[in-house]
Amino acid sequence: MAENTISTPTFKKTENMEKVWEKPSILFDVPNHYCPGCGHSVAHRLIMEVVEELGITDRTIGIAPVGCSVLAYNYLNVDMQEAAHGRATACATGIKRIFNDKILFTYQGDGDLAAIGTAETIHTVNRGENIVIIFVNNGIYGMTGGQMAPTTLEGAKTSTSPEGRNLDLMGHPLKIANMLAILEGAYYVTRQSVHTAKAVRKTKKALMNAFKYQIEGKGGTSFVEIVSNCPSGWKMTPIQSNEWMADNMFDFYELGDIKTPPKEGK
Amino acid sequence: MSKKLLMKGNEAIAEAAIRAGVQGYYGYPITPQSELLEYMSSELPKRGGAFVQAESEVAAINMVYGASGAGARTMTSTSGPGFSLMQEAISYIACAELPCFLVNVMRGGPGLGTIQPSQGDYFQAVKGGGHGDYKMIVLAPNSVQEMADFTYLGFDLADKYRTPTMILTDGALGQMMESVQFPEYNLDEHLVDKPWATTGRENGRKQNVITSLHLQSEQMEQINLKLQKKYREIEKNEVRYETIETEDADFLIVAFGLSSRVCHKALELAREEGLKVGLLRPITLYPYPYDILNKLADQVKGMLVVEMNAGQMLEDVKLAVNGKVSVDFYGRMGGMIPQPDAILSKIRELYSAHTKTKMEV
Amino acid sequence: MNKELIIAGFGGQGVLSMGMTLAYAGMVEDKEVVWMPSYGPEMRGGTANCIVVVSDDRVSSPIINQFDTAIILNQPSMDKFESAVKPGGHILYEANNIMNPSTRDDISTYKIPAVVEANKLNNPKTMNMIILGAFLALNSVVKNESILEALKKVLPERHHHLIPLNEKALLKGAELVGEFV
Ligand SMILES: Cc1ncc(C[n+]2csc(CCOP(=O)(O)OP(=O)(O)O)c2C)c(N)n1
Repeated sequence: MAENTISTPTFKKTENMEKVWEKPSILFDVPNHYCPGCGHSVAHRLIMEVVEELGITDRTIGIAPVGCSVLAYNYLNVDMQEAAHGRATACATGIKRIFNDKILFTYQGDGDLAAIGTAETIHTVNRGENIVIIFVNNGIYGMTGGQMAPTTLEGAKTSTSPEGRNLDLMGHPLKIANMLAILEGAYYVTRQSVHTAKAVRKTKKALMNAFKYQIEGKGGTSFVEIVSNCPSGWKMTPIQSNEWMADNMFDFYELGDIKTPPKEGK
Repeated sequence: MSKKLLMKGNEAIAEAAIRAGVQGYYGYPITPQSELLEYMSSELPKRGGAFVQAESEVAAINMVYGASGAGARTMTSTSGPGFSLMQEAISYIACAELPCFLVNVMRGGPGLGTIQPSQGDYFQAVKGGGHGDYKMIVLAPNSVQEMADFTYLGFDLADKYRTPTMILTDGALGQMMESVQFPEYNLDEHLVDKPWATTGRENGRKQNVITSLHLQSEQMEQINLKLQKKYREIEKNEVRYETIETEDADFLIVAFGLSSRVCHKALELAREEGLKVGLLRPITLYPYPYDILNKLADQVKGMLVVEMNAGQMLEDVKLAVNGKVSVDFYGRMGGMIPQPDAILSKIRELYSAHTKTKMEV
Repeated sequence: MNKELIIAGFGGQGVLSMGMTLAYAGMVEDKEVVWMPSYGPEMRGGTANCIVVVSDDRVSSPIINQFDTAIILNQPSMDKFESAVKPGGHILYEANNIMNPSTRDDISTYKIPAVVEANKLNNPKTMNMIILGAFLALNSVVKNESILEALKKVLPERHHHLIPLNEKALLKGAELVGEFV
């Protein structure tokens, strides 16, 4: 019926118009299950852009975590494995050690990487496994309904810290990227975000670096942290959550490179 | 056949695994299996494979998950405490249908227990120690030669059924030496195609995913039905056992692994006394040789199960016999090994009791 | 032929390697062999022992509690294993290390002054080869040549120059029991 029809805007094709963006062909063309405004979807897209641009789709293997991104393989059209909670880097190690020419990345949340999987994370980086670890830090356990994570800030209310995180009782928020950076096996450690267009561009650059280092076999692990939001878990609108993140998270989780590869010798 | 070598059981498993083309070994030290880990660390890299000493058994088994998901022949080995830590991932591996080969060189438990040999992890291995409905093919060697033979078999069965397989053995078999010969093994004849493996989307092929997550119950039930169908197939095809002097036996001993060796000695002594005793040794603990036991229950007057635990396989023997004859048990725990003379006196006692009952009938 | 023996003493007396050498020698002669160590914390400084079976046929059990022969190198092992020798069996024990030998009269007991003789050979480590030589003179389980062959496997390469000395020790052991026979 006419009154119910929403007219879709039609764009006129203009011959001399420059194409500035295209969805990467290896991002499945399906609606995702992430909450509106969640950083996971942007992070997914960036990884696929980088993999496609580097021309490594045919040798890339991704490892999904247990967490909100457990179904990442429904969106990322590369070969993928779904690891047990916290063990993604062990899976990646197992593969990379045998199949050195493959490109391995893990994609993990803060509960997965910095709580239950801390041992695997530290030892994988300490061995300098030549893989890319992508760490999405939203300061909360998203999938299980908003419980406190190791990265939850002081005073932040979650379903298991209803009065706010009390440092005496619950320990301190964990800056795992800084911890990892002191390890000899860490080659590149950076902390980025995806809450503005500029931040997105920087994160893409960081991911590009990380994958390039792996391809070049530079020796060591590349670790890209993406500080992100969790509108549902934080009980905020997407816009509020991004503002809250900028106002509160970045003071503690400072953005920028934490460890960069040594400059090439002359 | 290789020439005869004198080797420890643990080393024989490691050597056989390398000859069976293992590409990745991931492990963590624990007595009494460390010889296996150590052998791998010195030999496997020289012979083209990857060795990683993991930070824990949890990491080791998840490295196995990753590598077997990418299509490699992989394995790990451990003892009870480490095997307990691996259970979560083994459940994932079974569900994702990944072929891999595991070894548990048992020691006395529960808890930290002792480093002496035991068979206390039977339930954990055979009944599925992790969560959910799954099974592993469990092989129980009783000599150093079989440690080697069943390693080849373990890799082949894992590939054939896309399932984890394991050797369940103990510290005594792991650390004792016997002569062993490694059979010819032409790897090319044994390797299977793994089109499901995550190797990267070569030539633009469709995405491969290794997962054990199926959020829709209907779908998860289908996965379970598929697994169960596979297990029925395994139960039909892969039951293995050995019988010793059962033809004329009117009393039967049932034992696996090291216990079966000690029982064999007790049987020899009993036969010298004119007691018609036979021995059934399950070689596959899953699938279990229920049928032959049920048949033997029609022939013998009684059975004695001997284990280095409190009576775990005993339950399977009783299931098989289904009340047809009385089933007694003799076991030692905590790292103690049953001795031939103790088993012999148990046999004497039960033998006369059961044969007397028969004469009264 | 089926010989079941236990070798027992202190850790560091070469108990385990003596047994391993015998097992190797058995294999060299294509016999069925088992070497079962008693391992664990007690290996370090405490008592150590190993069971060795050499047989023409398949060996049923590596776990045995009645032996044809016990080779005993310290008193606690004498106390522990004296009763585990089958009637008609043998105990060979090292003279210096044992104050109270077996008093059983249904077995043959051989007192071997192996420590003294090893010192005469200027190498205390040959003690266990002297006892092994005595054992082999009493029981033709394997030939001395096979033991020498086995030593090439058991000893690290850098000790291979000691093999002739070990041969002397084997012969010395045989000579010592020659006096009994
Ligand atoms: C062994 C185990 N323990 C607990 C869980 C339940 N669980 C699933 S996801 C999750 C938290 C994930 O949080 P995080 O890694 O921060 O990722 P997010 O969901 O926030 O993206 C937990 C505890 C599990 N699947 N396995």
